[in-house]
Amino acid sequence: MPDPGRSGRGSTTAAPVPFRGGGFQPQPRRLVPIVVFVAVIGLWQTASWRGWLPALFMPSPWQIVGAFGDMIDNGTLGQHIGASLSRIVLGWLLGTIAGLAIGLAMGIFSAARAAGLPVVSALFPIPKIALLPLFILWFGIGEPSKVATIGFGVFFPTVIAAYTACDSVPRNLIRMGQSFGLPASHIVWKILVPGAMPGILAGFRITASIALILVVAAEMIGAQYGIGAFILSAGNLMQTDQLLAGVTLLSLLGLAVSVVLGAVERAVLRWR
Amino acid sequence: MDLRLEGITHVYDGLLALDGIDLAVRDGETVAIIGPSGCGKSTLLGIVGGLLKPTSGRVAAVGAPRTDSLNPFTYIFQDFALLPWRSVAANVALALEHHKLSRAERHDRVRAALDLTGLTDFAAALPKQLSGGMRQRVGIARALVVRPAVLLLDEPLSALDAQTRELLMEDLLAIWVRERSTRLYVTHNLDEAARLADRVVVLSRRPGRLRDIVTIDVPVAERSGPAAQAVIAGVRERLWTLIRDEARDAEREVQHA
Repeated sequence: MPDPGRSGRGSTTAAPVPFRGGGFQPQPRRLVPIVVFVAVIGLWQTASWRGWLPALFMPSPWQIVGAFGDMIDNGTLGQHIGASLSRIVLGWLLGTIAGLAIGLAMGIFSAARAAGLPVVSALFPIPKIALLPLFILWFGIGEPSKVATIGFGVFFPTVIAAYTACDSVPRNLIRMGQSFGLPASHIVWKILVPGAMPGILAGFRITASIALILVVAAEMIGAQYGIGAFILSAGNLMQTDQLLAGVTLLSLLGLAVSVVLGAVERAVLRWR
Repeated sequence: MDLRLEGITHVYDGLLALDGIDLAVRDGETVAIIGPSGCGKSTLLGIVGGLLKPTSGRVAAVGAPRTDSLNPFTYIFQDFALLPWRSVAANVALALEHHKLSRAERHDRVRAALDLTGLTDFAAALPKQLSGGMRQRVGIARALVVRPAVLLLDEPLSALDAQTRELLMEDLLAIWVRERSTRLYVTHNLDEAARLADRVVVLSRRPGRLRDIVTIDVPVAERSGPAAQAVIAGVRERLWTLIRDEARDAEREVQHA
């Protein structure tokens, strides 16, 4: 007689144990996003062709592509992108360099944190575009005021990202460095800063978005060239195809920044 | 290098963690420190290694470390404390980078440490690519590369599974025989203490006081033999008898905390 405890065949009814472990785990679906994107654009274009969407208020995708073509033909695309990019890059770099210096100092030195935290906490919540008029008074209507607005907007999140990233470095790694007699500078550059890189790079993603928002806002207030100025001008002239071409340009710019930052993260954080 | 712990007392957040620990450790000796949870074993090791300041008392090193020792008091950590962005070889080399060594000497030291710990083939691997046991081997190699006079092991096998622990205990015994150093080995595992140490210091529950010292009269080189097994089993039993009641009290204390 078989042992039911060993073979499991001793019972009269044998039902398979139901599987209950599926789902709740994201799976890659490569085709779905393409299908959804094409479907949305297709529906939009169809609605425009059939006159369901008034062209004055909501131009078709094809009209937006045409507006892009016009911008390329008359050379304004490069002018606007170049003006916006130069402001973003300069403002972001200035804000990031200053933010990293102060943020790392706050992450490393207790006195720097005690001195800096109240100031950062008080100034961080201010919408930085509100300071543009002040910067215009200080630096004039030209480039410096826009770059300063972007730099100021990037500075505070970078400070916060840097010092919280320092906090997130496991203390046992620092104790390890101390136990081997590493000088403080080695502990900072060989343990603290590399360990803080994931948090710092996550901060870069946030500050890149902030820079993009601020450049558009600043250009809408006072600029001849730049994507923000172009969108505002197109809106004033009811050229909605050009307006949406400018908005699409911002989306592409954001995507490009995301791709670049993703590549930087993969290169710097390949150990993760 | 001999060690003398004289009246080590430590108060942490108003709690007396260690109370008047006196202990002498001879050059080349392995002393295990055991005791119930929270008795201050790791705190004591931190004080010996200079990572914590005792509230009172002092640790004295008697004699000069070997001339090639770059870091006389060297830790091996429970959680390995490896830099995840550095390769195995670079993690081991970290301990040498602030010393004025020639490139060749640095290379030779790293290679010797990797050879001794069986990591030569993994020199270029990142810690995330290694098992727990291999990661702790990196921690051991990093400690050996500086040729320590005093090796401070803070529960080095606690994070490992039972089989890996057995393998690493054999490796540690082999290293004990080959590399001369004084060793303080903190553990909660009585088997490790009985198999790896020359003497086992038993601490009481908090505040940690020196309760007893058990000597294991089997040379390290003979620990694997059948005769040694009986002695080790006896030591283990004695250690358990010494700490059982306090371990139970300490566990209840932790649960109520």
